[in-house]
Amino acid sequence: MNLSLSIPVAMLWFATPGTGPAGQGLIALRWPDLLIVGFYFAMVLGIGIYLKRYTRSGEDFFLAGREMTAWVAGLSFLSANLGALELMGWAASAYQYGILATHWYWVGAIPAMLFLGIVMMPFYYISKTHSVPGYLQLRYGESTRALSAISFAFMTVLMSGINMYAMALVMKVVLGWNIHFSIWVSSITVAIYVALGGLFSAIFNEVLQFFLIWLGALLIPILGLVEAGGWSGLVQRIHQNLPQGDYTHLWRTMGHFADNPMGIHWTGIVMGLGWVISFGYWTTDFLVVQRVFAAKDIRAAKMAPIIGSFFKMAVPFIVILPGLLGLGLLNYTLVPEKVAAVTGQHSYNEVLPLMLARYCGPGLLGLGITALIAGFMSGMAGNVSAFATVWTYDLYRPFVRKGAADGHYLKMGRWCTILGVMISIGTAYVVMQFGSIMDYVQALFSIFIAPLFGTVLLGMLWKRVTPAAGFWGLLSGSASSIAMFLLVKFDHSMLAYIALSSQAKDMAENMYRALWSWLICVIVTVVVTAFTKPKPVEELAGLVYGCTELPSEGHLPLWKRPIFWAGVSLALFLVLQWIFW
Amino acid sequence: MSEDHHMIPVWFFVGVILLFSGLIILATGIYEFSSPPPTVLASLHPALWWGALLTLIGGIYVYFYLPKKS
Repeated sequence: MNLSLSIPVAMLWFATPGTGPAGQGLIALRWPDLLIVGFYFAMVLGIGIYLKRYTRSGEDFFLAGREMTAWVAGLSFLSANLGALELMGWAASAYQYGILATHWYWVGAIPAMLFLGIVMMPFYYISKTHSVPGYLQLRYGESTRALSAISFAFMTVLMSGINMYAMALVMKVVLGWNIHFSIWVSSITVAIYVALGGLFSAIFNEVLQFFLIWLGALLIPILGLVEAGGWSGLVQRIHQNLPQGDYTHLWRTMGHFADNPMGIHWTGIVMGLGWVISFGYWTTDFLVVQRVFAAKDIRAAKMAPIIGSFFKMAVPFIVILPGLLGLGLLNYTLVPEKVAAVTGQHSYNEVLPLMLARYCGPGLLGLGITALIAGFMSGMAGNVSAFATVWTYDLYRPFVRKGAADGHYLKMGRWCTILGVMISIGTAYVVMQFGSIMDYVQALFSIFIAPLFGTVLLGMLWKRVTPAAGFWGLLSGSASSIAMFLLVKFDHSMLAYIALSSQAKDMAENMYRALWSWLICVIVTVVVTAFTKPKPVEELAGLVYGCTELPSEGHLPLWKRPIFWAGVSLALFLVLQWIFW
Repeated sequence: MSEDHHMIPVWFFVGVILLFSGLIILATGIYEFSSPPPTVLASLHPALWWGALLTLIGGIYVYFYLPKKS
């Protein structure tokens, strides 16, 4: 498991069966809170019912009619990644590691989002593909598509179940809600609104979630900074509480594995996180990229990730800052989940709800909890809608039933949504019995992302790459990633070889494993390409750089050009690195 | 968005949920003058001004994106 791609490590402990206080929650909801939560549920169901009438074709259901504006697609693109476990997990990581957790939002996201918008999106969009495996089929053929689609569909639906279970546990710990109640109410709601409105519903609810999360969480850093006496006051308090470490600088402690609480070197952050994992996730994970496919034209498709990048840069304000506020302002210490289970103390993972309860009374608390629930549900909806698309278009249509009417695939998509939710529920219950499998599934998800990025990138930028090379590169990259994961799992001393240091900690493993598996994928692809026959150039039109005529933006005023806004975003990103260096 | 389908824009739904939440929080904020919650910085009345802000933002969205009969 890795960055903002999925649940942070700490959250897995949160979701370990048997941990956390039972019965009473951290927060008690009053009637104004329940009204807000109840209204949210009614609203999402109402939206699903309303949108059903507009979901009449496969393109409507799976691609939201390809008519989203850049803003809607951009906010949805960002929200698909802004789940509640994500928020709580990274707030916990900020408490544990300090401002270093911000790397997952800045270097681990911004360059990749801009690269997607400027370099890759034109090819995805011009090829008119409906999914990332669909692009692989056009570029490399059926076998590469099948490999990618099977791994994606399998992992997505399992991830959805794990998220569902983790959500139910969070609700139990934070609110004292019954686990089965949380699982069934949330999944039935998601099944109804996605099965009715397809990607339209998922995107609408992601935009709602975006506003709820920002407006529900923004009060914490505002009031926290007031209490701490501004940023400088907060830094001073953190230094007073933790004089032995540097928790407020991004890069200056990255010179050596032993100098920072994450136990990672800057090369791991830059090459592993900032390059392979981040680019792999943001440019090839269909769960997020699907939102951009729904854009109404190529300019909107390019602008969507760029718009998302500005908001992504601001997310640490509502996620990382609450963790830092916890470090500076709480007059007790939070502990790892395992320790909390024994001692009864609060754990790192509770820092966000604790800060919420510190500042928010009735009503505001309901808004914050609704934001968390919205994050959980839209995350699940994102997984299920992506699963339905890949299953229907990339597995069912080519391998089970070719050439059926569009209405048949639409119906399959609706049933598949319900099936996906049911499998997720089943996974949630399996995880409830065997908590350790979460570790494996989380890791497997990231295992496929890094090599997939190598395959897609080479396919887009190099016309010589052959179909056979694409397949063998992807297969060998994935296999090597699995091998490295198992090696460390069964013999932890192997981490020193994979991360190139005996002082490397677990966080470094993901970075270096991703880097090596990507390199293996690229090397195998290049070598096999040298010995196999490429596709004729005319078959690569619309798919590969150099064989595709990209629409010119020269006639647009500067402020309407995606490249201009990408430049502004990149400049802002660099300024932030400098400020918090 | 949705020129082909002529559907209600998503911004209207955003406005409705913010307006509803804002009104509830605003009412709670007024009530808290007589019964302050046991939270840090409750003296700043965050529910009051945050509720007012949400009501304002929600109201603007609802007003501008209210479905109009053609």
